[in-house]
Amino acid sequence: MPPLPLTWHWQPFGAAALLLEVHGPEQEANRAVLALAAQLSAAPPLGMLAAVPAISSLLITFDPLVATHEQLQAQIEPLCATFGPAPAAPLRIHELPVAYGGTDGPDLVAVAQALGMTPQAVITLHSGQLYRVMMLGFAPGFPYLGPLPAALHLPRRATPRSAVPPGAVAIAAGLTGIYPTSLPGGWHLIGRTPSILFDPHADPPARLAPGDGVRFLVARRGIREN
Amino acid sequence: MHIHVISPGLLTTIQDSGRPAARRYGVPPSGAMDMFALAVANRLIGNPSDAAALELTAGGALLEFLRPTLVALTGADLGATLNGRHLAPWQAALLDRGTTLHFRGRQANWGARAYLALAGGIAAPTLLGSRSTYLAGGFGGLEGRALRPGDQLATYASPHSRWPWVGTEWPCHARPLYGHTPTLRFLPGPHYAALTPAAREALSQTTLRVGAAANRIGYRLDGLRLSFSQQLSLPSFGVIAGAIQVPPDGTPILLMAEAQTIGGYPVVAIVIAPDLPLAAQILPGDQLRLAPTTMRAARAAHQRYAAWLATAPQADPWPEQLALAGALG
Repeated sequence: MPPLPLTWHWQPFGAAALLLEVHGPEQEANRAVLALAAQLSAAPPLGMLAAVPAISSLLITFDPLVATHEQLQAQIEPLCATFGPAPAAPLRIHELPVAYGGTDGPDLVAVAQALGMTPQAVITLHSGQLYRVMMLGFAPGFPYLGPLPAALHLPRRATPRSAVPPGAVAIAAGLTGIYPTSLPGGWHLIGRTPSILFDPHADPPARLAPGDGVRFLVARRGIREN
Repeated sequence: MHIHVISPGLLTTIQDSGRPAARRYGVPPSGAMDMFALAVANRLIGNPSDAAALELTAGGALLEFLRPTLVALTGADLGATLNGRHLAPWQAALLDRGTTLHFRGRQANWGARAYLALAGGIAAPTLLGSRSTYLAGGFGGLEGRALRPGDQLATYASPHSRWPWVGTEWPCHARPLYGHTPTLRFLPGPHYAALTPAAREALSQTTLRVGAAANRIGYRLDGLRLSFSQQLSLPSFGVIAGAIQVPPDGTPILLMAEAQTIGGYPVVAIVIAPDLPLAAQILPGDQLRLAPTTMRAARAAHQRYAAWLATAPQADPWPEQLALAGALG
C-alpha cells in the first residue's frame, strides 16, 4: 500500500488531554481517526480515560497523575504509522426512510433555488449516495454524514431555528446530518426520517456509529412521529 | 422515601461524577459542577465518592426528611438551617425524621452550589454509566429534569452503621481555595497563539464578569472581546469542561459540566481541572480572573487536589468524649 498523505499533529489540550489532529484528504483523515480511536478504545494506553473522535481529530483524555502528554504520545505515535485508515466500505449500512420536502423538509425549495436545481434533483442527488458517519457530536447521537456531493454544498442558514424537530434530515457546510431530538439548529431542513437515532436506555444509545454507512430511501411524503 | 421536596429553590438536580465514557456518543458528561464538593460530601458519610447526591443552586430549597438520615453538606454555604438552626457545611450530620432543611441563600461573598449527600446515595436509574441529570437531553437523575415541589427521593441502603460518621468534618486545609473573585489557572489552548498580542495580554489582566445566561453548560465571560491576528476556519474537535472557546463575537465562553462534546470555535485556554470547583461556585454577575500557568504547575495542582481528596475526614471529638464520660460514670 502506498504511504498515505496524512500528517499527525499533536498538541496538549490542557493538563489532562491531548488533541491529535490529522491533516490530509478529509475522508482518509476521518477513516484514520476512526481506526485509531477504535484501536485505543480496545487497548487503552496506561492512564488514558477516553478518546473522542471528531471528523479529523481525536481528543484523548487521561489522568495526569498516571501519564504525561509525552508518554502517551510516545505510546500512540507508533500506532499511527502501523495501520491504514478504516475501510472505505462501511461494515454496517443503515437504510433510513426519508420524506423529502413539504412540512417534513421546509427548506427543500429554497435549497433547490440556492443551488440552481429542481427540488427533485436535490432529492435524487441527496438520496443517491452512500454516506459515512464521520462523527457523532453537537448533540447526543447527532451524526455528521459525508461526503455530500459538491453540488449540494451550502453555508449554514443565516438565522438558526430555535427548534428543529427530531428526525429532521439537513444539509450544511459540506455535510448532511440528522437531528436525533428536538434541538436548535442552523442547517437546511430538506426531509425527515421516522427512525429513532438516539435512546439513552439502549445499549449502545446511538443507532449510528462513526464509520457506519447510511443510505437515505425516498419515502412517501407525510411521515409523522409515531 | 427519604426526602420530600417542598421547594427545589432555583435549581436542584441529582448529580454524580457524570458519564465521561458516553462522550463518544455525543453525550455531554454532566455530573456535579463542583466534583470536589460532591466527592467530599460522599466521603464524609462513608459513601463511594461518586454516589449520586443533590446539587442545590443559589438557595431557596426546602426539603423535609421522612426518615432519620445521615447527610453531609459541602460546597457553598447557602445558609442551610435545620428546623431553623444553622447547619454547618463540610460535616456529617444525622437528621431526625420530620426535620426540614432550608437553604436561605448565599451567606458569604461567594458560593453558588451546595451538595447534599445522603448515606447510601440517592436512588436513580443508571443511564450510560451515571445517575446524573442531563437537563438539555432530558434524561438521567429524576426523569431527566430539575426537582419540583412534591418530588420524593429515596436512597439506597447504606451498608454500614451511620454512627461512626456523625459529626465527621472535612478539614479547611484540604479544600480548594474557594472565595470571592477566584483566579482560575489556565494553560494555553490550541488557538491561543492566534490571538492578537493585546488579546493575549487582556485575557490574564481583565477581571471578567459571568454573564446572566451562565448555566451548567457554560458561562459567558463578559468584559473582554478577544480578537485573532489571523482568520481561523476550524474543523470541529472534541472539547472538555474548562475549555474557553471564543465565538465570532469575541466574548469568551467557559465550558462547564454539561457542555457539548464537540466544538467548532477556537479554544484559547483550558482552565485546569483542579480550579473547576472554584468556577462551579460562581453565579451570574460574579467576577473571576484568569491566570496563565505552566504544565509543571498544573500537574502539581492535580497532585495537590488528589492529596486533598485523599485526606481522612476528621472525627468529631464529642462522641468520643461522651463515650468516655459514660464509661467513667
